[in-house]
Amino acid sequence: MEKVLITNNVTKYFYEPEKFQVLKDISLAVNRGEFLSLVGKSGCGKSTLMYVLSTMDTDYEGELEIAGVRLTGKAQNELAPFRNMHIGFVFQFHYLLPEFTVLQNVMIPALKRGQVSRAETEERAYEKLKILGVEEQALKRSSKLSGGQQQRVAIARALINNPDIIMCDEPTGNLDSYNSQVVFDIFHQLTHTHKQTIIAVTHDEEFARKSDRVVEMSDGKIINGLHK
Amino acid sequence: MKSNGLKLSIEIARVHLFSKPKQTIIAMLGVTFGIGMFIALVGLMTGLNNFTEEITMTSSPDIHVYNDVTEPRKSILEKENPEGFNLVHHQKPKIESPKLRNVNKMVELIREDERVLGAAPTLSSQVFYNYGPVQLNGNILGVEILEENKLFGLRAKMKEGQIEDLLTNHDGIIMGKGLAKKLNAKKGDRVVITTPQGYTMTLKIVGIFQMGIGVVDNVRSYANISRVQTILQQDQSYITDVNVKLKNRHLSKTVAAELQGKFETRAEDWETANATFLTGVIIRNIITYAVSFTLLIVAGFGIYNILNMTIYNKMKDIAILKAMGFAGGDVKSIFMIQSLVIGLVGSFAGLIIGYTLSVLISKTPFNGGDIISLEHFPVNFDPRYYIIGIVFGVATTAIAGYMPSRKAAKIDPIEILRGQ
Ligand SMILES: Nc1ncnc2c1ncn2[C@@H]1O[C@H](COP(=O)(O)OP(=O)(O)OP(=O)(O)O)[C@@H](O)[C@H]1O
Ligand SMILES: [Mg+2]
Repeated sequence: MEKVLITNNVTKYFYEPEKFQVLKDISLAVNRGEFLSLVGKSGCGKSTLMYVLSTMDTDYEGELEIAGVRLTGKAQNELAPFRNMHIGFVFQFHYLLPEFTVLQNVMIPALKRGQVSRAETEERAYEKLKILGVEEQALKRSSKLSGGQQQRVAIARALINNPDIIMCDEPTGNLDSYNSQVVFDIFHQLTHTHKQTIIAVTHDEEFARKSDRVVEMSDGKIINGLHK
Repeated sequence: MKSNGLKLSIEIARVHLFSKPKQTIIAMLGVTFGIGMFIALVGLMTGLNNFTEEITMTSSPDIHVYNDVTEPRKSILEKENPEGFNLVHHQKPKIESPKLRNVNKMVELIREDERVLGAAPTLSSQVFYNYGPVQLNGNILGVEILEENKLFGLRAKMKEGQIEDLLTNHDGIIMGKGLAKKLNAKKGDRVVITTPQGYTMTLKIVGIFQMGIGVVDNVRSYANISRVQTILQQDQSYITDVNVKLKNRHLSKTVAAELQGKFETRAEDWETANATFLTGVIIRNIITYAVSFTLLIVAGFGIYNILNMTIYNKMKDIAILKAMGFAGGDVKSIFMIQSLVIGLVGSFAGLIIGYTLSVLISKTPFNGGDIISLEHFPVNFDPRYYIIGIVFGVATTAIAGYMPSRKAAKIDPIEILRGQ
């Protein structure tokens, strides 16, 4: 199986207010097309691990490799374009740019990448919006959408550059059960029909149970789900 | 790839600017006001400076050669015993004639110098002008009228008559316009002059001139040298002043020093003679720039504040942009572009406002009174100041925008994302 993400003994400390080890020897390998849920008690270090995996946090020990590229030790200026090309994000709060239209929001990462023409970018953005069922909202200001719709737009945006991996921090944490179900179904479809890899931090037990693989953390360590 | 990033930054900056139009306009108005005032002030101040400089320069020589009788005189004791400690009580000033020695030779030598445009020997006398019942205090200048014209462009200042009329009329005078008006005398009239020594003579007005400066036009007349020598009851070699004009005015100091050494008499350059006037120019410039800088700094603080506020409100956006692959430099450029656009548009509007104000000021009637003949404010429209204005405006906004933009570039997305 092709490994999209590999970590080797990732360890992290916080020094404020006092030294404390938040991640302890995290070694994890994620296969392509895997739909992985990361669970654990509040404060066990899930979000912290996600920030390390997403390359936004570079202050850790150990190694990180995504899509065959070793990322440990690289500077933020190199990591930013890497994120743009290889990683998509979905957060609990949808974090769309409120002054821009839905379509613009989805297009921005692709425009930043600058690989295809604007017309093609737009076409691709519509395509992603369609997969998420929100193409009718394309020309609305993103702040005018409902929470569920916004989260779907955020997923479309995460998909626009066909990333190797999508990382989510409590993607359904702010949604009602209906919209949670919708998001889950989309993820399920993406992983099974498009071979998309997804890592999602979640407190939603049902969501976790239905995903392909559940990794459980406790007190900064992985205690379960290393191999399925 | 890079230009693509810039294009996107511009697009994002544009959306930010247009989504808060009120804020954007207020920031721009700050710059507009600063630059507009700068242009109007600098136009008026330099306009006034140039105007006064021009009339001062046309009516005063580059170098004035004369015999300085007020200079402190060494006592005989000091001359004899220069090293010693000398004490002379109650030394009386010696009666010394202001007459220049060997004037003809001096003038000849000065005129030979390549740097010299012209040298005009003159002498003058205090006189009372009498015409009918009116008696006025003034002076009369004995000149070689053609050389005087070469130095001060008299021909262009003539309101009535010709300068050559003086050559053919031995008892003719060319009178200042203000003086003639006060005397109520016209060209062709005869006026009586009296010297403080009591000498009286009747002279004929052959022309009227106007320099545009009250202190000249209201008191002065030109006559032939021989006439003034007669009035003063002096012989034909009696000349007290030589006025010199140079081809390049800025050489005045050096040439004056040379002349002073060569002829052992006082030679004063225009900068020394007009020191107060030049100080005035400097003070006016300082005021202009100080006021404009203050306005621009205030505008700069406005931009700094507004940009800081924008960035504070856009923390989440910045975090998400960074998560999506915008590097610190990309974020910085988004906000720098905003401040530069504010600066450019604001400054440009400022130039227009400044120009409009300048035009209005230049059309405002202004009575120079007796001192200077002036109908409107003189305003300078030198494009150089417009270029300085736009450079100032953009530079101020760039500096004011740089600090908040750098702060935005350094925002740690994790802190923002976790904060929720
Ligand atoms: N910047 C920081 N400085 C110090 N301690 C921190 C910092 N960020 C997080 N922590 C601590 O690290 C631990 C892990 O936090 P993290 O946000 O990863 O938890 P989590 O598993 O995501 O919890 P939750 O499920 O509530 O979101 C917590 O005890 C938290 O207080
Ligand atoms: Mg968390």
